[in-house]
Amino acid sequence: MAFLRTARVLPNLTRQCMRVATFQNNISRGYADMSFTFASPASVYYQGANVKQVDVPSFSGSFGILPNHVPTLAVLKPGVVSVIEEDGTQKKYFVSSGTISINDDSSVQILAEESARLEDLDAEAIRDGANRAAQELVSATSEQAKAEAQIAVDCYEALQKALH
Amino acid sequence: MTGGAMFSRAAFNFTPQCGQVRNMATLKAISMRLKSVKSIQKITKSMKMVSAAKYSRADRELKSARVYGGGAKVFFDKADIASDDKSPNHLVIAMTSDRGLCGAVHSGIARAIRAALPEKPPGTTTKIVCVGDKSRVILSRLFKDQMLMHFNNIGKQPPNFTDAAIIANEILKSGYEFDFAEMYYNTFRTVISYRLTVQPLFTLENLSKAENINIYDSLDEEVLRSYNEFALTSLIYHALKEGACSEQSSRMTAMESATKNAGEMIDKLTLTYNRTRQSVITRELIEIISGAAALK
Repeated sequence: MAFLRTARVLPNLTRQCMRVATFQNNISRGYADMSFTFASPASVYYQGANVKQVDVPSFSGSFGILPNHVPTLAVLKPGVVSVIEEDGTQKKYFVSSGTISINDDSSVQILAEESARLEDLDAEAIRDGANRAAQELVSATSEQAKAEAQIAVDCYEALQKALH
Repeated sequence: MTGGAMFSRAAFNFTPQCGQVRNMATLKAISMRLKSVKSIQKITKSMKMVSAAKYSRADRELKSARVYGGGAKVFFDKADIASDDKSPNHLVIAMTSDRGLCGAVHSGIARAIRAALPEKPPGTTTKIVCVGDKSRVILSRLFKDQMLMHFNNIGKQPPNFTDAAIIANEILKSGYEFDFAEMYYNTFRTVISYRLTVQPLFTLENLSKAENINIYDSLDEEVLRSYNEFALTSLIYHALKEGACSEQSSRMTAMESATKNAGEMIDKLTLTYNRTRQSVITRELIEIISGAAALK
């Protein structure tokens, strides 16, 4: 009896699976619309590429970008941009500052002032730099120097966080 | 020998020998000229080599700068941002460098600005920002009162993002409230060609007045300002890179043709030099032989 029920349920299941499969197909066709560009002055990481998802740190809070995201503009803050490519591999990059633009045709541009692959970062150099920046913050006298030193300290903090 | 020379100088007006006398005098002049052309050729040749090396680097760096600048432009295109050229305060940025000897790269930009400025609608004031000494030299003569600021020390080193940031920052804090801005620069196409490009730049006001800006979600003044300042820097960076690449490629071709021309000149001068030397020898032989014959 139980066997019979399974037999009756099975076609339903397959049909459902198929629906899921076609649904996923539709989505992946939707991915084709996301044209992702990620560059810094020195290097280009993605140019009009299709990716599944991009997570970005911005001053209005970190957020994830999926295809057909609502158009918006944002300003990058120091942190990690992680890109999930179409085959599911995740790549992480550190960015210092820059802009994010998401347009209504689902094209996304991330322009970083400086960027590096996470694996290229040197923990020791970051520690030294962080100490130097902290000293500069203490010794800074003018308002502008203080602000600049504060930015450096924030950036180094983000770098250290990115590595852990 | 001396007598012969004196005789022929005395007969200067009458005998065809006069040419040879002059040749004798010019033999030295020709060899001096030959030597100077040869050293000029050496200079142009090494300048070509240097700019070829600089060009290959600039070309490599341009590839990523192009993606970068293109990325900055996308938003302005998509959001349909426009500025009105009837608005009173105009700004023109001329992207050149300090170095010459590179064809018409810099003068082309200056010429375009010179042609464009009188065409501006009446009642507008235009200020000029010169990046690089070359445009300043040309434009400050014509539009002395309209110069807002200039930047030099451009072109020795390949431009970097910090340079662009300095330029953008100075323009923004200059206190000149422009509402219509254009940037003139050369876009690199191939080694032998570049195209003058006029890139409109937008102010915060242009941005917030654009029709399509409302489709963009959660924009506040601060984000838009930071975004626009960064985009301005990115566009300037792109223009600097394009300009540097056009300049180096153009210098390379200019120096190559200079080397070629010097080579042609050397060939001609060598020919003249040898012919002159030959005729001097012939003449001296004639003098000796005829002198010996007269003594018989």
